[in-house]
Amino acid sequence: MSEEPLFDSSFKKKPKKKQVAFSEDPLGADADPTQPAPDVIDNRTTNGEAVDMGPTTAHEQLAQQQSSEVDDDFKAMFGDVKKKKKSKKEIPLDLEEGSGTATPTTGAADDLDFSDIKKKKKKKKPAFDLEAFEKELSQSKAKDGEVEDDEAGGEPDGRFLDDVNDEDLGEDVFAQAHEVPAGVDTQTEPWLSSDRDYTYQELLHRFYAQLHASNPALFSSSTKRYTIAPPQIMREGNKKSIFANIPDICKRMHRQPEHVIQFMFAEMGTTGSVDGSGRLVIKGRFQQKQIENVLRRYIVEYVTCKTCKSFDTLLTKENRIFFMSCMSCGSRRSVSAIKSGFQAQVGKRIKK
Amino acid sequence: MNVGNLTTIDPFADEAQNFDNEDVGSQQNYIHVRIQQRNGRKSLTTLQGLPKEYSSRKLLKAFKKEFACNGTLIEDEEAGMVIQLQGDQRVKIKHFLMEEGIPEKDIQLHGF
Repeated sequence: MSEEPLFDSSFKKKPKKKQVAFSEDPLGADADPTQPAPDVIDNRTTNGEAVDMGPTTAHEQLAQQQSSEVDDDFKAMFGDVKKKKKSKKEIPLDLEEGSGTATPTTGAADDLDFSDIKKKKKKKKPAFDLEAFEKELSQSKAKDGEVEDDEAGGEPDGRFLDDVNDEDLGEDVFAQAHEVPAGVDTQTEPWLSSDRDYTYQELLHRFYAQLHASNPALFSSSTKRYTIAPPQIMREGNKKSIFANIPDICKRMHRQPEHVIQFMFAEMGTTGSVDGSGRLVIKGRFQQKQIENVLRRYIVEYVTCKTCKSFDTLLTKENRIFFMSCMSCGSRRSVSAIKSGFQAQVGKRIKK
Repeated sequence: MNVGNLTTIDPFADEAQNFDNEDVGSQQNYIHVRIQQRNGRKSLTTLQGLPKEYSSRKLLKAFKKEFACNGTLIEDEEAGMVIQLQGDQRVKIKHFLMEEGIPEKDIQLHGF
């Protein structure tokens, strides 16, 4: 977390540094480890060494694509509400976007960066023999891939939790996802150059890097993101709210609108109706955030697979009991029926 | 589910019953705290499913004093004794109950 502001500043300073940086390497070296994401750009910047990057590129591209997709989706998804979290996430994502979609300014900055990194590496070159260096390069490149993995793999979890639980868990996961790569960057090199034993962590990272490099398909499956457009709430008159895009959301969740509506009414303790164009008219004043919370609870309860956390589930009714079957892991479980519970008498009493 | 179970002797009848009980129990063990909107910015908070070992009357009294709101006890056929308080007291109720030693997982907040 603390990295990002740091990084951001360095990010902006880079162009200035450019003139200086070439002379002072330590600065460049300092700046580099703080930025996991720009590594991706290797291919572009270093013409000489670009060849080494061969195997990972496809993988990285995938990562980039996904991360940028993720961006858009995430911004789309409930973006307004979680400003705090969003701001945290935006920074690294922006980076990736910069690399993925190649915004001219960021690209340039990264390029500069990279020249620094390469310089550093080149300086090291004479120290080792060529083979070792090549190994190292491929290693670092593998790491880069891995950094992407971690981000792409870690964030979804975080985000999923955000979306679903709006608990702090997401932040933690996110933090891990970021710290690990930074640590890795610094760690693996010593293991290569010195003859000490590699640690379990290092090997684990190596394994994952290679795994993902060799089959990028894993990537797409693991980082599949579940996003939902934020609910659009309008006010009708003074006492009614209109939930406009409920058909969209239901379609996204693969749920019958009736079920969702039933849940929402039970949960919010109100009533309402569906109008001609499929919009839901809810009695009472509700804000987008509130509806979102209810939806989130619905997703946790009736959409996510409890076994594999997947959202690819179907709800079927058998003998008056709802069963949720997961399409990705095949598990099947019954879900609790929607109960509205006690409803207090509000407004006029009914004549008996 | 299986009506046949009711007529014939089923070796797992006890098992199923236990399971059922457990299931139902786990649902009923929850303390549901709900909110209902009234007119304007007014609202009502209802607490349902209080375990038997707690006295609803005393709890209501404590709530009223603690949250500075009025409230009442309502006898409902389905829900049993329901504590009804004026205003949105959901979070306060949760904290209160947690301080009294009721595990957090047993308290379910509903509403937006």
